[in-house]
Amino acid sequence: MTHVGYLVAGWGIVVGVLSVYAVRLARRGRALSSLVPNPHRRWLEDRGVDGA
Amino acid sequence: MIGRTVRDAWLVACRDLRIEARSRVVLDQVVPFSILVLVLFGFALDADNRTLRTFAPGLFWVAVLLSALLAVQRSATLDRADGTDTALRMSGLSPASLFLGRASAVYVQVVALQVVLVGGLLILYGVDVEDPLLLVVAGLVAGVAVAAAGTLYGALASGLGVRETLLPILLLPVLAPVLIGATRAFDDALGAAAVDGWAWTGLLSLAALILTVVGVSAHGALVED
Amino acid sequence: MATTTDAGLGERDTTGSPRSRLLGIATLTAVAILGVLAFVLTEADVRIHPETGEEFGQFDAVRMLYVHVPLVVVTYLAYGICAVASVGVLVKRTPWWDVTAHTAAEIGTIFCGLVLVTGSIWGRPVWNTWWEWGDVRLMTTLVLFLMFTGYLALRRITDDPRRQARRAAVVALVAVLDIPLVNRSVEWWENRTLHQRSTLGELKIEDLTLFTLFFGFVTAGLVLAWLFLHRFRVGWLERAAIDHGVATAIVERQSETSGAEVRRSVGEEPEEGFVP
Repeated sequence: MTHVGYLVAGWGIVVGVLSVYAVRLARRGRALSSLVPNPHRRWLEDRGVDGA
Repeated sequence: MIGRTVRDAWLVACRDLRIEARSRVVLDQVVPFSILVLVLFGFALDADNRTLRTFAPGLFWVAVLLSALLAVQRSATLDRADGTDTALRMSGLSPASLFLGRASAVYVQVVALQVVLVGGLLILYGVDVEDPLLLVVAGLVAGVAVAAAGTLYGALASGLGVRETLLPILLLPVLAPVLIGATRAFDDALGAAAVDGWAWTGLLSLAALILTVVGVSAHGALVED
Repeated sequence: MATTTDAGLGERDTTGSPRSRLLGIATLTAVAILGVLAFVLTEADVRIHPETGEEFGQFDAVRMLYVHVPLVVVTYLAYGICAVASVGVLVKRTPWWDVTAHTAAEIGTIFCGLVLVTGSIWGRPVWNTWWEWGDVRLMTTLVLFLMFTGYLALRRITDDPRRQARRAAVVALVAVLDIPLVNRSVEWWENRTLHQRSTLGELKIEDLTLFTLFFGFVTAGLVLAWLFLHRFRVGWLERAAIDHGVATAIVERQSETSGAEVRRSVGEEPEEGFVP
């Protein structure tokens, strides 16, 4: 296959960046969930305060 | 209602300009800075007159934008001290007239900067003005865009501790089309390139219009609480 | 600030849910399939010159098509969502719009950065340059990226959430309105654009190539959906955590002092032992 370096770099960077972002999101979600009591964790359960 | 808005805007503009007349911050600090930018470019580009004449329009507008940043920062600070901004908000001035007044004062300063910088181009860079009318019109129109966008983002970044560093990264990308358009118009006016400067001035007018309308509309959302 | 909660653990203690896990599996599957399609099943772009008989074309570099173009689509989709949500912030003012706008902007900017990177990497073997001033799409994407970088910087500053939401909404809308101006000015600026001259125009996008590209769009859409869901939930939790922290602090403060003490301190209730 030609241009292997470019392909690896291009696809690799995309997969790498998005994977890292996804993992960090999951971790942040877990950490924040422990700070907030249960009824307020999801929008579907608690719509928040208007005017915000 | 329009009459009232214009009259109020006039009051605000006169007030801001009167403050500048007394404090002379733009005159003493921003104008020298703009000349300094031209000088630095001269050093950096190895000061060969032909090079400078070719790039004069671009360098001019970069100098204008950087100096306008300072002028806008200054305008945004005028009301932060002593709770004047709260007083202004309670005074019954509409956000639109407040915006127009401030932007007009900034506009006067930006045009003044341009005048000084054109002098700088003539003397330091040895340019020839082939089409003075185009130069003046393009400069005036681009100035509107710069003043409108600058005042909007100045108000937006105001009150946040990091205004000095935040304002440039918010304002400058938005002014990219103004930079491109004004540079091309000046290319034509200074005979540096064969382009249609008047068409570019048309595009600049569109930008100025859009940014002014957006500024007037958005300013209300920003200053209310 | 109290960080202990008596919330039941195991229930919603992550941003995941059975459906989001399904989405995640579907996404990973799609990525795998796309990889196979892009690298194994489709062919390289090899053409024979009619006169010299030599081979020319993008060869295997064309496989960048299947990652770059889908990223472009989801970038604009994300920014479009941000624009609409920003209007929602200014008009409706519920927190949902604000969290949506921020989520869309953050994900859109990541995608936009990847568009620029993959475009540059693709451009090097095909156009022999990493960068090209005057290419309309490149310049417009760059300015868009810079404008939203500013948006995210603004977002990171903590201030009254309502005002921050409005400020950010204004920045997003000005950015979106400015883009046609940027596009038009760059287009006039340089009439040639590398994008038009080659790449998509010259490629025969048909059959399996077309299908793979289309599958790329679907995959990118799934990635966007998964990231959006989780980032939204994180954003929602962030707000809730602040609100909860404030509420907890108030309750603590109230429990430190009894009502009687407060009233005594402002002179309302007679002191103990006082006989009128």
